[in-house]
Amino acid sequence: MEIPKSFLGFRRENGRAGTRNHVIILPVDDISNACAEAVANNIKGTIALPHSYGRLQFGADLELHFRTMIGTGKNPNVAAVIVIGIEPKWTKRIVDEIAKTGKPVEGFHIERTGDIGTIMKASKKAQEFSQWASEKQREECPLSDLWISVKCGESDTTSGLASNPTVGNLMEKLEPFGVHLCFGETSELTGAETVCAARGATPEAKEKFMKTWTSYNDFILKEATDDLSESQPTAGNIAGGLTTIEEKAFGNFQKIGNLKFIDVLEPAEEPKKGKGLYFMDTSSAAAECVTLQAAGGFNIHLFPTGQGNIIGNPIEPVVKLTANPLTAKLMKEHVDCDVSKILSREMNLSQAGDELIKTMLRVANGRLTCAEALGHKEFVMTKLYRSA
Amino acid sequence: MSQPDLIIHDEKDNVGVVVIETTKKGQECSAWIMENDKTIKVSSTNEVPLGHKIALKDLNEGDTILKYGHDIGKVVKSIKKGDHVHVHNVKTKKW
Repeated sequence: MEIPKSFLGFRRENGRAGTRNHVIILPVDDISNACAEAVANNIKGTIALPHSYGRLQFGADLELHFRTMIGTGKNPNVAAVIVIGIEPKWTKRIVDEIAKTGKPVEGFHIERTGDIGTIMKASKKAQEFSQWASEKQREECPLSDLWISVKCGESDTTSGLASNPTVGNLMEKLEPFGVHLCFGETSELTGAETVCAARGATPEAKEKFMKTWTSYNDFILKEATDDLSESQPTAGNIAGGLTTIEEKAFGNFQKIGNLKFIDVLEPAEEPKKGKGLYFMDTSSAAAECVTLQAAGGFNIHLFPTGQGNIIGNPIEPVVKLTANPLTAKLMKEHVDCDVSKILSREMNLSQAGDELIKTMLRVANGRLTCAEALGHKEFVMTKLYRSA
Repeated sequence: MSQPDLIIHDEKDNVGVVVIETTKKGQECSAWIMENDKTIKVSSTNEVPLGHKIALKDLNEGDTILKYGHDIGKVVKSIKKGDHVHVHNVKTKKW
């Protein structure tokens, strides 16, 4: 198949391109959710991103909170942002960082005004942003404007046999076009950690990966009560035939094909070394991982599933594929790309990779994913430890 | 290129994955090895569902299960060729 050289995206003020054109209402903290949701309810064409945290966090955990908030606002799939927090200082910090992209952003704080007054002021600005964004047109963008993140979920053995290698095939084919790529799931590389580390493009990348993995593994060993039964692998994984974390890890690892990663990112960190594959330190929980990758600036997501994970994200479209014929049949409304014919050898890996490229480009051009059509917008902050 | 009953990732592997809805007791399964495109036969001793693994040889307690050509865990209860391989007879070496 000849790979199309471009897609239709939204060009942003800072030069990046989006596959979506969202106006988001971003609460800084849990107690500002009601206000943000009221604004999004008032003004059509906006979406609120409620979440559970943002108060009394400190240290690395607070920095991750800010990085996630700011990165979400900066993501090129977002046209404009309203930030609402209880206090002015943290609200302003987020607004100021998002403003560096050149996109419209305005902050409101609730203290001394109350919800109703804040909702009125923020709604007026949100209406302005929504109508402004609605005039934005898609234009031709080179493939290198695609920042593709990947994460698998509700995996089974068909993930490692076929759907994850399909993603790997896509990566191998699109890397020469200068795309950014990102995989994560630190804990789910356990058992394959040395094989994964060997894929570091430089000694620094290799070392950084092993340090990141070891730190996560030490944390798991410290907190685990007996084993990680029903968490790694999950009951769903086991029902699908996966027996151990090592088996799951080698299946997971198929998603990067034969590529090498050039750097290791902190959770929600934006890549800074240019095109190529990055590893991001993330949890293996689907919504947490995709939220972090979206905050890192990735604008389209590929999600292979075995038993049928249903996750979506409010700003980064999640394209789902499966190689499990039962999942493709029983959960059809969640499957954007069915590659189950690989198992019956009616389709080879390269054909499946081509199908996935076609599906992904249709979504990049504007086709709603199954998760978008079904209303999935899981926005889940990663929290590192208890608040003060 | 007929439809396989099992797929094996690597020729070093001692397990194969069921890719049909279920195997039947005593079914002679054709197992396709992806790495070298060869097909071997193995008889399934039980009904094993889609996605689950079948042993390609006899395995004893303490033996290592190989899949993708790599170590994916240890045998904790002896396994006969053709048996279902899963959490009841294999455990992680990690956690």
